Amino acid sequence: MSAVAQDRSILPSGGSVASRVSDFLWKHPHVLLAILLGPPLLWLGIIYLGSLFALLLQSFFSIDDYSGLINYQFTLATYGQLLNEANLDIIIRTVSMAAIVTLFSIIIAFPIAYYAARYARGKWKAFFYLGVMLPLWSSYLVKIYAWKLILAKEGILTWLVTKLNLLWLLDAWLSLPVIGGNSLSVSYTGTFIVFVYVWLPFMILPIQAALERVPSTLIEASSDLGGTPRQTFRHVLLPLALPGIVAGSIFTFSLTLGDYIIPQIVGSSRLFIGQAVYAQQGTAGNIPLAAAFTVVPIVIMGFYLWAARRMGAFDAL
Amino acid sequence: MKPAVLFQNVSRHFGAVRAVDAVDLAVAEGEFFAMLGPSGSGKTTCLRLMAGFEQPTNGHIEIFGETAEGVPPYKRSVNTVFQDYALFPHLNILDNVAYGLMVKGVGREERRKAAEDALAMVKLPGYGARRPGQLSGGQRQRVALARALVNKPKVLLLDEPLGALDLKLREQMQEELKSLQKTLGITFVFVTHDQGEALSMADRIAVFNDGKIQQLGTPEEVYNQPKTRFVADFVGSSNVLPPEFVAGLGASSQFASLRPEAIMLGGSSDGRLTLKGTVLSRSFLGSANRVTVNVNGTKLHVMSPATTAIPPEGDAVTLSFHREDLHLMEAAS
Repeated sequence: MSAVAQDRSILPSGGSVASRVSDFLWKHPHVLLAILLGPPLLWLGIIYLGSLFALLLQSFFSIDDYSGLINYQFTLATYGQLLNEANLDIIIRTVSMAAIVTLFSIIIAFPIAYYAARYARGKWKAFFYLGVMLPLWSSYLVKIYAWKLILAKEGILTWLVTKLNLLWLLDAWLSLPVIGGNSLSVSYTGTFIVFVYVWLPFMILPIQAALERVPSTLIEASSDLGGTPRQTFRHVLLPLALPGIVAGSIFTFSLTLGDYIIPQIVGSSRLFIGQAVYAQQGTAGNIPLAAAFTVVPIVIMGFYLWAARRMGAFDAL
Repeated sequence: MKPAVLFQNVSRHFGAVRAVDAVDLAVAEGEFFAMLGPSGSGKTTCLRLMAGFEQPTNGHIEIFGETAEGVPPYKRSVNTVFQDYALFPHLNILDNVAYGLMVKGVGREERRKAAEDALAMVKLPGYGARRPGQLSGGQRQRVALARALVNKPKVLLLDEPLGALDLKLREQMQEELKSLQKTLGITFVFVTHDQGEALSMADRIAVFNDGKIQQLGTPEEVYNQPKTRFVADFVGSSNVLPPEFVAGLGASSQFASLRPEAIMLGGSSDGRLTLKGTVLSRSFLGSANRVTVNVNGTKLHVMSPATTAIPPEGDAVTLSFHREDLHLMEAAS
């Protein structure tokens, strides 16, 4: 029977249903694409973007101060409330924290990512991935509470600093306005440290991926043309790593903007945007204001991406 | 006169691999010097040693009389045209070409002008605003050349620069490179695995194998008088005849090389040596036919003009060649 089939240059069309289906899909690739993309697009369109749109809609309503009921009248009054001194304070605090966390994440992540992309091979590469990913596998809450203990006044960090006879330095730092406090675990410094720790992998991995794509001959070419290592970094490596840095900073920036657990456990009692949203939609029952608060990070990220694009961050993509 | 590049007993080992093994060479100023060899023969590592991307494990390197060991690439007055061109994807063509001048602190207007001149020299005037991704392979090749030459290097290093181009473009670029080198008078060191390219372009050729130089000489010397079996085989795919075969021809019992084009199909009466064999296979190459003939168990390749009739496969054939075309070689390798 196979001899008959082999004699023919075109095999007979198969009788089975599966074979006919695959023939049909081969002839109509658009149908295949529609089948593959349909469900995820529906999910994205209805559940994901739909809920975002509902949220946006909520922010244009207001709450009746006496009854506590939502007044379904289009108004910008809720956005006006964001400009109250207390609310503006929350926004500035959160955005500043997100910016500083992002900046330091870049500074810490870049050398690690550079090493992993350029030098680490085989075993060391596996070690790198394990080292970066391992913290992501454990519970976020456990890590934050662990940091609370580390940073506490009776914690291991204070103990270590005391042993190194550097307690005066820690005390001097904690006595600084705004960033200081009774101990690291109740200061903005502590919040900052934990934010950087928790989000660092999200900065390292995109930068590493970007650097991995830079052919080593480009570095050599820069050096060959007379570029000192510093110039090579400034004019070749950094511009080519910029898409990775921007991608990483989108993570660290937006995650910091939206987080409400870290500042609640480690840091001062003053609120961040995430906590404000949590409070407004929960205990206060002010869904419109919660929604308006949520729109703030979205708008900030929009501006951030626009600025990054203007800077040419995506030119090399 | 000091040589442009001098290697004294230079080795570069990577662990147990001797990529470059005790190499001596001197490239004269203004010379077109080719380093020819198969991949992994050490020719590219030699080029990287000249550029400064690699440091020698042993030995001494001089560039125009100055010691080069320990000198980083950015302090050497040599420039490289990379095999993959290595154009900066985030810069336009003009900024790519002006890069070397930019890092040296040359003013904006001056370097723009120099870069435009360099682009005109490689026949790409007005391409400055484009991105590397918008150019064809041949155009990128020219940009890479302009980017290196704009720095007025003392030695230009070319790492298989024509390898990625199609045949027509490659031949054209060979001619252009050669004439460019003549006009500029810059020393060119050229790495290639294409023996035709090396023969047609170079003033002198170093043939590499296993990290060592097998033979160093003019194209004619390397082609006509191969020192070793490797050179005979690699440069122009010469017939390498075993000692017993050579002894049968009345010469001393040594390996010998015989060029395929030195052999004629058919006998002759003018004192040429003759061999009898059978045709194994033949292929038409356009200008010539390449015929493989079995002579007492030894396969001989014959390059026969396309105008000569070729007997069919399996037929007996007589071959003849001049005694002086038989070139005896050193016993080693």
